[in-house]
Amino acid sequence: MSSRSIIIQAIILMTALVFSIRLFSIQVVNDDYKLAAQNNIVQKIVEYPYRGLVTDRNDNLIVYNTPVYDLMIVPKEVNLEDSAHICGLLEIDHESFITKYSKARKYSSILASKFIEQIPNEEFARIQDQLVDFPGFYVLPRTVRAYPENTLANALGYVREISRYQLNRDTSNYYKPGDYIGIKGIELQYEEILRGKRGLNYKLVDVQGVVKGSFNDGEYDTAAIPGQSIKLTVDSQLQQYAETLMEGKVGSIVALDPATGEILAYVSAPSYNPNLLSGRGLSTNYGTLQEDSLKPLFNRPIQAMYPPGSMFKTVQALIAMQEKVVGPYEKLMCDYSPMGDHAPLGLYDVDRAITLSSNTFLYKIFRRVILQEEDDNMYIDSRIGLEKWNNYIYEFGLGNALGVDLPGEKSGNIPTVRYYDRVYGANRWKFSNIYSLSIGQGEVQVTPLQMANLGALLANKGHYYTPHIVKEINGVTIAGAERKKVSIDTAYFEPVLQGMSNVVKGGTGFRARISDIEVCGKTSTVENPHGEDHSGFMAFAPRENPQISVAVYVENAGQGARAAAATAGLLIEKYIKGEITRPWMEAYVLRGDFSDPKPQKVVKKDTVSKDSTNSNEGQSTSL
Amino acid sequence: MRDNLLVYKVDWLTIGLYLALVLGGWLNIYAADFDPDQNVGIFSLSMSSGRQIIWMGTSIMLITLIMLLDYKFYHTLSYILYGVMIFFLIAVLLFGEEVAGSKSWFELGAFKFQPSEFTKFATALALARFLSATNRKTDDLKSQVIGFLIFGFPLVLVILQGDLGTAMVFGSLILVMFREGMHPVILIAGIGIVALFLLTLLVNQTVLFIGLVVVMMLLIGLVAKNPRKIAMVVVGSVLAAGFIVSVDFILTDVLKPHQQKRVMSLINPNADPLGIGWNVTQSKIAIGSGGLTGKGYLEGTQTKFDFVPEQTTDFIFCTIGEEQGWIGSFLLIAAFCGLFLRLVFLAERQKSVFARIYGYGVMSILFFHFAVNIAMTIGLFPVIGIPLPFFSYGGSSLWGFTVLLFIFLKLDAHRMQVLQRL
Repeated sequence: MSSRSIIIQAIILMTALVFSIRLFSIQVVNDDYKLAAQNNIVQKIVEYPYRGLVTDRNDNLIVYNTPVYDLMIVPKEVNLEDSAHICGLLEIDHESFITKYSKARKYSSILASKFIEQIPNEEFARIQDQLVDFPGFYVLPRTVRAYPENTLANALGYVREISRYQLNRDTSNYYKPGDYIGIKGIELQYEEILRGKRGLNYKLVDVQGVVKGSFNDGEYDTAAIPGQSIKLTVDSQLQQYAETLMEGKVGSIVALDPATGEILAYVSAPSYNPNLLSGRGLSTNYGTLQEDSLKPLFNRPIQAMYPPGSMFKTVQALIAMQEKVVGPYEKLMCDYSPMGDHAPLGLYDVDRAITLSSNTFLYKIFRRVILQEEDDNMYIDSRIGLEKWNNYIYEFGLGNALGVDLPGEKSGNIPTVRYYDRVYGANRWKFSNIYSLSIGQGEVQVTPLQMANLGALLANKGHYYTPHIVKEINGVTIAGAERKKVSIDTAYFEPVLQGMSNVVKGGTGFRARISDIEVCGKTSTVENPHGEDHSGFMAFAPRENPQISVAVYVENAGQGARAAAATAGLLIEKYIKGEITRPWMEAYVLRGDFSDPKPQKVVKKDTVSKDSTNSNEGQSTSL
Repeated sequence: MRDNLLVYKVDWLTIGLYLALVLGGWLNIYAADFDPDQNVGIFSLSMSSGRQIIWMGTSIMLITLIMLLDYKFYHTLSYILYGVMIFFLIAVLLFGEEVAGSKSWFELGAFKFQPSEFTKFATALALARFLSATNRKTDDLKSQVIGFLIFGFPLVLVILQGDLGTAMVFGSLILVMFREGMHPVILIAGIGIVALFLLTLLVNQTVLFIGLVVVMMLLIGLVAKNPRKIAMVVVGSVLAAGFIVSVDFILTDVLKPHQQKRVMSLINPNADPLGIGWNVTQSKIAIGSGGLTGKGYLEGTQTKFDFVPEQTTDFIFCTIGEEQGWIGSFLLIAAFCGLFLRLVFLAERQKSVFARIYGYGVMSILFFHFAVNIAMTIGLFPVIGIPLPFFSYGGSSLWGFTVLLFIFLKLDAHRMQVLQRL
């Protein structure tokens, strides 16, 4: 045999060897091809779950699901000669048809992609029958949120398709592109409960995408599990009434049940129609709402922070009594120094100081709380005093988020020793730098929710339950809210509550007065350096066995005695009596013009305030 | 009486391998065509496998005919057959049907006929006749040039038809020239050109030039004392460099667009996995998913659901790869390998130079088909549409390969009757 023949045989064997090795590498060693083969033939068909429903405390439906239809396109099957008809049917112009078609084609000509998203039910009914005439188009049903009552928008939040950004940040690895996710509010807070669980069906498909059967006899298929329903603590009727009262105004209302911490009403004004942030118009509507100068998307009850103003006097008085720097019925002589005051000159005890909202009295007792002569050095003494005061304040649920079951709750601001050290330098500040805290002005800031909670705390004479908005999940009452107690003797509440009762009976809170219900309240006129003062009112009722506590803030509405007190009074009456006995008061609030005081019998306070001098500190006019 | 003798003289090992491949191919054609939704049997004429039975049956008739004819007939008629086939090649250029960019088919009623398939054995016969003539020395330049022309002429004609794949098959006869005394440099140069072509596509041109210079330096170092060899190395390098530069030209002007794409998809099949890379990607996925033992007969999902294109013809190997796994693939390769080695053995034992050269021609053509077909399905070579001998579906190709092989078996059966010549 010639040597050439041997070379030729060697070439044959080499080739066979190379093939065998190559085949071994792609068939046995490398698993990528097996996976790719599976991806080829197995198509995952996602079954989206129904999102949980939301009802109010009386089982009135607040959020439900409504069907929409994603129009899917399989570009390869589309007959482009039909395009004019399709455009007519779908009411789109030819240019956008071509754009969408090319986009889908670029993705895949044999796999389906979304052509038009979220076609509403009514429109779908119109096109449904004709759609069968056009090959390459089919619809996939989905559901989006719908809201039968235009209410509670900011508390509810909204739902939209998960964004690329959120997907990248998702650590749970649950979400996939195309999933819906709760944004803001209850939808965000209770996302995992509401969303349910996606179902997944594995189907065998051929190269055309035609389903040839289930994969492994459906062994890996899972059915979608619908989301659990949620029952809110909110009373829909009260809520809607509250929203009506806040129409055309900027501000917040929070109403709580003091006995449980349940949120009865939760108004952020101005609000928006939650249906705007659902379905096809979401993106454009969101843009419009976001550009609105009145910020309807701002969740005011838990995110807006105001100085508490005179409502804070209740807290200050309680701390001073517990610190025993003033007796419950101890009288102090108050003139107009060193703070400006609306209250007349005279002898004040806690009750009277609250009734007439005396700045001077509060200045004096706060000074005693801060400067207890624990140290000779005035600076160090202030420091010790403020720290003690801080500890009390935190117990009142101020300066920290209360832990309501809504996302984005602000903590407010209670200035601390560290804060003043930073501003003035360590031991370079004393009482004279911080005295405006005594009347709830200065650096102290609170949310409307915190003030409603303060109302509940006062109503309960020393304890509160963490406010919450969800009552039941799938019919199961959620574990009781945490009971929190302040270390103030119950006895000290009496003069404060008496003062609050007097405020409503004959003081600045008279607009909240309701016959045969003893309402306790306190007005605040919140300093606003940018314009008209904010009107604030915090109240609870009845004094015995309290059923509701309310905080109302109406921005740029002037004195607390007007807009806020009137609104709170109406809400209390509506909740307890179920009817409004003072239609003139309702008209007053609905009219929304609080610049002129409504002529009333009780005008004493107004006379007094006219007599009073302007604030000498350039600081506080606090009723 | 004479027939009885023939039965004993014919090489049954080769026939066994032939039958194994044809039957294996038939089973796999059915598997590739099989659709679980329509329970159609292997004999149904609506299936490729059903029609393949016709081709198999007619092939047996052809074999009988070949065996009955006088063995001297092939030597005598070789030039005439060659001339007739060349005539057909020219005729098909003028009157043929254009199928998938290639003008290589005649339509005769219901049947299509591809003359280039039959030109293969005619060319092998003509080359054998020419090179075996007593007065020729195969290493002289004139004989070599004429030898090259014999298979170069149909090669050019088939290129003109636009069927580059089949044209390259004629190039495989260079292996015969090598066996018969051609200077190995030409074989190496031939392989080198193909390698350089692929390298040019795969590697950055600058890198390639640097590599070329390095290789040139090394070679000059090796032959430092021989000025003539240094000159040869330098000339060779310059030619190689010129070739690299002209590849762009070849790509854009010599290859057809669909061939350009196929070449490009070899470089990066993932660049456009749904477009030009589809065939190779899907073919590799199907084969790769077979694993060691395969998914079992008729259980291949990739082929069953039509992910692999042309799965009964050019990509028939995918079915073996997917359903029979590495073991099945290896056995198939071993069977082909055995066939080729057997053919080399048979060729070498011929007393007649004509038969020996023809034997090598048969082996070269079959081996080239096998190597290129398998290499393209596993992504080692651009996708050029040539069938896997005996295995792929198709009448022309099965007939062509059968005639090619059995003429040699007939010659082999009569080897003892030939007087030693030369």
